[in-house]
Amino acid sequence: MDLVQGILAGDRLALARTLTQVENGTAEGKSALSLLFPHTGKAHLVGVTGASGTGKSSLVNQLARYYRMPAGESTRRVAIVAVDPTSPFTGGAILGDRIRMRDLAGDPGVFIRSMATRGSLGGIASATSAVVQVLDAAGYDLILIETVGAGQSEVDIARLAHTTLVVEAPGLGDDIQAIKAGILEIADVLVVNKADLPGVENTERALRGSLNLAHPVPHRFIHHGKLEIIPEQSAVSAASEPLWVPPILRTVALDGTGIPKLADAIADHRAHLETTGGWEQRVRWRLQTELDQLLQTTLVEGFRSRLPAGAYEQAVQDMLERRLSPFQAVEKLVDGAGGLITEHT
Amino acid sequence: MSERKIRVLIAKPGLDGHDRGAKVVARALRDAGMEVIYTGLRQTPEMIAEAALQEDVDAVGLSILSGAHMALVPRVLELLKANGQEHVKVFLGGIVPDEDVPLLLKLGVMGIYGPGTLSDTYVNDIRTAMMAANAWHTLG
Repeated sequence: MDLVQGILAGDRLALARTLTQVENGTAEGKSALSLLFPHTGKAHLVGVTGASGTGKSSLVNQLARYYRMPAGESTRRVAIVAVDPTSPFTGGAILGDRIRMRDLAGDPGVFIRSMATRGSLGGIASATSAVVQVLDAAGYDLILIETVGAGQSEVDIARLAHTTLVVEAPGLGDDIQAIKAGILEIADVLVVNKADLPGVENTERALRGSLNLAHPVPHRFIHHGKLEIIPEQSAVSAASEPLWVPPILRTVALDGTGIPKLADAIADHRAHLETTGGWEQRVRWRLQTELDQLLQTTLVEGFRSRLPAGAYEQAVQDMLERRLSPFQAVEKLVDGAGGLITEHT
Repeated sequence: MSERKIRVLIAKPGLDGHDRGAKVVARALRDAGMEVIYTGLRQTPEMIAEAALQEDVDAVGLSILSGAHMALVPRVLELLKANGQEHVKVFLGGIVPDEDVPLLLKLGVMGIYGPGTLSDTYVNDIRTAMMAANAWHTLG
């Protein structure tokens, strides 16, 4: 297949075309993915998430620049997948992440692709995983995946990436925001961007406080005249993955302050995953999620195509008129189609 | 599940800093259901062609108010072609004097939409061009 050969040979137009096919879920895209899949699994996938306006795009720009240094000598190739939201009303989208990434223009070792969410609510598009696989097969060593401006529950990125950066900025909420469930829990590295702004200490303190609840640091202190001792935790946590305490790093994406340290933390996390077996665990988790989703779509599509004509609409009508509960409607449809599992003829 | 969206790159080549028009067009195309990649001010033709390639766009809209269109537009067309993207439709907005229009159209520009153009005009032109090029059945 031409496009696949082109991708493996480094043809950027073939890569761009294939990404479109894969994003659109065409038959050509699917067969390209199958051919490329054996070549995947080498790239380090780094997710970048956080609220709108915290500076994710600028940070990704600086990180990619850093990885490409020293200019002309770096052999690390970087791909960026930047996701922005699709309008729920018109289906259109404005993808504006490239505005912040102009420093990367003209570098053949960097490939930037913008994606719209196309109805997905988890912060990335449903095809983002497939797009990343193609870039992985194309030989990009590091793939930065920037989510939409994420609030609290857009956590799909943690299932896709090996390493997830959560980006915060001063002035975006109090310490209760920092202990809510969701986005902070998925952070492997916490970044306080715009660290030149006032209030950065408060943001960092709130994050550190939240983090200390999950990973208490051993220390002694006097509380109401009594000595309290918080002992050291054992190195292995109750979670299946060995303990990694997310570092909190300050950056200023506008001028690049803190970027080398951030890159070091990303590398440390990778090393941690590799030595503890977490890498394989995460990959297994991602592939399993993907298999589950595909299975669901395929089974539902197959099931619906076997339903007698009008049965589905009738079930909806029965629910509308309160003759059937949703559970009863499902039972009726499954029975009507001869059960969920039928022999293939 | 497969869906195909028209992808359009909106760019401002050259040195003028007035991007109001480009943003209005980007917004109108979004409202027409297209995916618009907006790249911002002061782009070189090389940056535009590079972005058009990576994003695999169907059309490129250039907004130029500096008077440099006769230098910038042919260069963008040339680079698109060199990248194997001669199928990409290029349209213009901004200030283009009437006497330059015939030559630009002859060079392959799809349309030139100056101030006062109704958004329906270029939305329909883009859709028609896509339809003709790809015989698409469903358009965003």
